[in-house]
Amino acid sequence: MTKTPLLEVQDLKVSYGGIQALKGISLTIAQGELVTLIGSNGAGKTTTLKALAGLLHPASGKVDYQDKSLLHIPAHQRVANGISLVPEGRGIFARLTVEENLLMGAYVRSDKTETATDLERQYALFPRLAERRTQLAGTLSGGEQQMVAMARALMSHPTLLMLDEPSMGLAPLMVEKIFETIRDISAQGVTILLVEQNAKLALEAAQRGYVLESGAITLSGAASELLGSDAVQRAYLGA
Amino acid sequence: MDIFFQQIINGLVQGSVYALVALGYTMVYGILGLINFAHGEVVMIGAMIALTALQALLAAAFAPVLAVLFSLMIAMAVCMALGYSIERIAYRPLRHAPRLAPLITAIGVSIVLQNLAMMIWGREYHSFTLPFTSTSHHLGGAVMNDVQIGIVIVALVIMAGLMWLVHHTRTGRAMRAVAENPAAATLMGVDINRVISVTFMLGSALAAIAGFMVSANYGIVHYYMGFMLGLKAFTAAVLGGIGNLRGAMLGGVLLGLIESLGAGYIGDLTGGFLGSHYQDVFAFFVLIAVLVFRPSGLLGEKLAERA
Repeated sequence: MTKTPLLEVQDLKVSYGGIQALKGISLTIAQGELVTLIGSNGAGKTTTLKALAGLLHPASGKVDYQDKSLLHIPAHQRVANGISLVPEGRGIFARLTVEENLLMGAYVRSDKTETATDLERQYALFPRLAERRTQLAGTLSGGEQQMVAMARALMSHPTLLMLDEPSMGLAPLMVEKIFETIRDISAQGVTILLVEQNAKLALEAAQRGYVLESGAITLSGAASELLGSDAVQRAYLGA
Repeated sequence: MDIFFQQIINGLVQGSVYALVALGYTMVYGILGLINFAHGEVVMIGAMIALTALQALLAAAFAPVLAVLFSLMIAMAVCMALGYSIERIAYRPLRHAPRLAPLITAIGVSIVLQNLAMMIWGREYHSFTLPFTSTSHHLGGAVMNDVQIGIVIVALVIMAGLMWLVHHTRTGRAMRAVAENPAAATLMGVDINRVISVTFMLGSALAAIAGFMVSANYGIVHYYMGFMLGLKAFTAAVLGGIGNLRGAMLGGVLLGLIESLGAGYIGDLTGGFLGSHYQDVFAFFVLIAVLVFRPSGLLGEKLAERA
């Protein structure tokens, strides 16, 4: 790798009470990459993303973003630095309208005309949301809510977009649509860290991947190599 | 029929005050899931500060209208600072503690404020008179004076303003987002602590206005006045559905009307056995009835959705 990494994580450890959820993981993401983190339930994928977003405080380790340590930056200030997380279960505001949800995404941005342009851009990307802009987000289907969550994250102009299980609970057709959008966003130059249980889909979309097992990274490499590796085939692809 | 109209007017006036105070309870509950039992004392402090400021300003030969206006603003500013401090000192350190802990500190803060007020302003009743005469207007057989008209109008304007703020501004949107999902709001870049502080300050400003109103209406302030008023407003918030702003306003006005009609007719209904001094009974009867038959309140959502 020639470029300096956008995000560099070294020996990151996170504990809940007495239980160590991450036992010292290291990973790097270069500017513009689409990297996936796969692993089974409870492997520590969500914990990793939450620690990067600042919702959890690591016990030890280093997290450098754009060559500066993130560890002492509170969660709410990381968005303004370009780090955006679409959380597991989407975390939409059910009692706010679709448009209000998107505007919450632009909370840290002050330019009103730019925000208005951004809104139109999201509606162009997700026409379904444009039709439902005045509807309460809680009344949407799961797939539509995932669109709201992603569009909302994009409203903050992220440099690093982290997606936690975007395909969870969605119908196959909707999963396809969501992954198509992830590829689009990536093509626009946004760096993406994608956490997925659906390893096949994730590895097909990503350039590189990490395999997380019981809080430690056991495999890493080019997505195509992981896709073909016996270990991944056996553990996650049911071959 | 004259008594009926008179009680409706009294109920609306008292209900306006309940509504403003109930909004403070419900806003804090909506965001923190905490019953701020010290809120009634903030109303009392607002009334006391307003009284002291009003007397000082009049003594300094301010025009009556300006003196009233400035004393209200001073009371609001002091109460906002007080609300902010209460949250920082008594509730924030216990943010992740079991729910019972902040409830107990709330009662503690309430006792501290009462005693502080007693030390500063004494145990006696103070008369609170506005520096202009309040003309009475006859509407049919009922009477409504300028102060009462003012209370209802100001309460309506304040409530409309609050609804606008909550539904049409960036801060209001952030308040609703934090109330619904604090973690997701953080991910949007919202500083939750700031939103919570703003909420306490807004609620306390409303409390100061309510304290001014109730004092102007009854002409009396006392260090213990916040206790019963706070309980009644809390009842109003529960009646409307705690956590719901429209519910707090509806609950406040309804409770005012129920109390006032109840007090007006209780004598007739019991053949003179119970008098109008039993009016407090109605508020708590309503509270018990709501808790038994509709715990989520009139406009509240089902409790299952919150859990």
